[in-house]
Amino acid sequence: MSETTGVAPPQPHVAHEAHHEELGFWRKYIFSTDHKVIGIQYAVTGLLFLLFGFGLMMLMRWNLAYPGAALPLIGGLFGDARMPGGTMLPEFYNELGAMHGTIMVFLGVVPLAVGGFGNFVLPLQIGAPDMAFPKINMVSYWCLFLGGITMLGSFFVPGGAAQSGWTSYTPLANIAGTGQTWWLIGMIFLITSSLLGAINFITTTIQLRAKGLTFMRFPFFVWAQFVTAFLLLLAFPPLEAAGVMQLMDRVAGTSFFMPEGLVVSGQVLTNAGGGNTLLWQHLFWFLAHPEVYVLILPGMGIVAEIIANNTRKPLWGYRSMVYSLVFLGFMSFIVWAHHMFMTGMGTAMAAFFQTTTMIISIPSVVILTALIISLWGGSIRFNTPMLFALAFLPMFGIGGLTGLPLGLNITDIPLHDTYYVIAHFHYVVAPGTIFALLAGIYYWYPKATGRMMNETLGKIHFVGSFVCMNLIFMPMFIIGMAGVSRRLFDAGTAYDFAQPTMHWNVVSSWGTWALAVFQIPFIVNFFWSIRRGEKVAENPWHATTIEWSAPSPPPHGNFVAAPQAYRGPYEYSVPGAAKDFVPQYEAS
Amino acid sequence: MDIPYTVELRRDTGLNNGKIGIWLFLASEVMLFGALFASYILIRVGAPSWPRGDTILDVPLATLNTIVLIASSVTMVMAWASLMRRRFETFRIYMGGTILLGLVFLVVKYFEYTHHLALGEFPRTNNFLAIYYTLTGLHGLHVFGGMAVNAYFWGPGAKLWKTNPVWFTNRVEHSGLFWHFVDLVWIFLFPTLYLL
Repeated sequence: MSETTGVAPPQPHVAHEAHHEELGFWRKYIFSTDHKVIGIQYAVTGLLFLLFGFGLMMLMRWNLAYPGAALPLIGGLFGDARMPGGTMLPEFYNELGAMHGTIMVFLGVVPLAVGGFGNFVLPLQIGAPDMAFPKINMVSYWCLFLGGITMLGSFFVPGGAAQSGWTSYTPLANIAGTGQTWWLIGMIFLITSSLLGAINFITTTIQLRAKGLTFMRFPFFVWAQFVTAFLLLLAFPPLEAAGVMQLMDRVAGTSFFMPEGLVVSGQVLTNAGGGNTLLWQHLFWFLAHPEVYVLILPGMGIVAEIIANNTRKPLWGYRSMVYSLVFLGFMSFIVWAHHMFMTGMGTAMAAFFQTTTMIISIPSVVILTALIISLWGGSIRFNTPMLFALAFLPMFGIGGLTGLPLGLNITDIPLHDTYYVIAHFHYVVAPGTIFALLAGIYYWYPKATGRMMNETLGKIHFVGSFVCMNLIFMPMFIIGMAGVSRRLFDAGTAYDFAQPTMHWNVVSSWGTWALAVFQIPFIVNFFWSIRRGEKVAENPWHATTIEWSAPSPPPHGNFVAAPQAYRGPYEYSVPGAAKDFVPQYEAS
Repeated sequence: MDIPYTVELRRDTGLNNGKIGIWLFLASEVMLFGALFASYILIRVGAPSWPRGDTILDVPLATLNTIVLIASSVTMVMAWASLMRRRFETFRIYMGGTILLGLVFLVVKYFEYTHHLALGEFPRTNNFLAIYYTLTGLHGLHVFGGMAVNAYFWGPGAKLWKTNPVWFTNRVEHSGLFWHFVDLVWIFLFPTLYLL
């Protein structure tokens, strides 16, 4: 064993500068081991899947607004098996619904928030030259890619893609078509990708942080990614186990999740039986509740960075935010069965899980409150990233607070599986997390490209998205409280009680399509600014954290000289200082 | 580009990157097998009747396999210890032994599987067999994976010994940690499936 060689800061390897120039196109941009290239690959993949998943939803919104009407113009493209005469079949609606959820969560938000921002920003923010395991990092991206291809491919198998919801509840999923098998195989790829990524993030954060960067000097974003990685590491394997068991049920004919004597279409199934259908739900939600925090924590991290930077103030209550975050991560493992109050699992279980659910709301509120108080007395710069970050606060607030009635057993019973639930979690994830991710794109774009994104287009994008998001999801609270089930492919046309809410579906659908229009300025801006954006130096936002000391875009190996942290992450407006920010990486 | 602390230890954590990585990986593996064991418990307590393992499965054969795997863990430690003492040839012998013992385990497992399949005992027959095939199958895949990594260090990967012996020793140690974990899973599987 070589003895300790001291905390040598990561050395820049000048000799390798010449070496990496020799890398060909494939090794440099496609099979790259550079965390920044991989981060951008993740981010672009995530953005494309977000757009695709959004497209599935735009189709579904047609049938919800105008049930049974033929879809004009593009209705004929989907074939008679899915949309005969342009009218959507319920099976196709189920396919769209299941794949919308799967794609948005596992192929859209997670790759962008964890794979994209985590890979690109985290090593830069801790002053590391790369991730701890660059080759594993590359493998983890390509596992995601294979998973994505598998999911997309499942649309073309006989019977189409998975139709049993993103939750794949058994026994429905056990007896579903071939698409479900593809879904399971795709998930195993995605789980492998996340596990490898999580190992890399945790090791990198612990080992490769710059000299002087103690844990309590971490930017909040680093903490958020660190806790997220633990959630992925420990929550995903049980779903992998469950996926293997469901695969066995489907392929080898076992009965892990199958009861005895199940009657399907008038036929009694001949499987051995004796399985436990609730077991699937327990294993699924053991992952999927922590997964909710995987979706939101990186967003909170991004918002914290941007708020500190644009209020020109330190974050209020940094320590309590960090402690809340760690507590939140821990608690997220023992709240899962609040998704299962309606399954008849028993009052003792329900009492336990509603108690833990109420407890977990406390750290979330602490973080949100700290972020809101941070605004107090700041001279706020209202640039595009800040607008998105500011919008995150009330949107996440609405989403979070409307979750409380769902976390209590009694109030959950009338609201369960209605549109209220959809409104609740979309407020957290869509105008919540996705706004935070967009904020992050606008904020770190100059680091990745050396150029700013256009502010005017950015503001159009922001205002349009903000209005449309609320147009889409606010009506769903009304529809849900009227008791309309979220599973109905025609929005409840057959039910009298649903009639007074039907017009809200039209509002929501037009909001969806308008939201798509307002993404055009963003897409244009994203590509246009790569070549035409205003050129900026390495620290255009006058920020304090270490990533802004690297050149923009950072070269392979990131830093010109190994950075060192001299102080906490948010030393803005220090009284008596020469400028209104004192970077973490500058010796005083 | 060289990543810091790949070989040398970081002073404030006292660890190299690979050591943290492998322990994190093992933590996720604990959750994987933990979920499967939990499922086993839930399905078994919900079943009206459950066969005792030894009425269906071959206990002496599994005992042999237990001994084989424990022996392979011993040779794995010896392989690493040989490298620590800079005896590369001894390492080769012990590492080869570890791989061979893994192979013996899988061959025994193969005969066990074919025997049950010939008797018409399939995964779909009942939930005892379902969990038996799933757990031992997944464990077998882990044995195979561990053997593949060990074979790499025995064969082509051993080149690293000439250029960076400390790094090579660390990698063998990390591979050994995984191997012991696979062994440990079997030590839980054996009584759970065969004896209880």
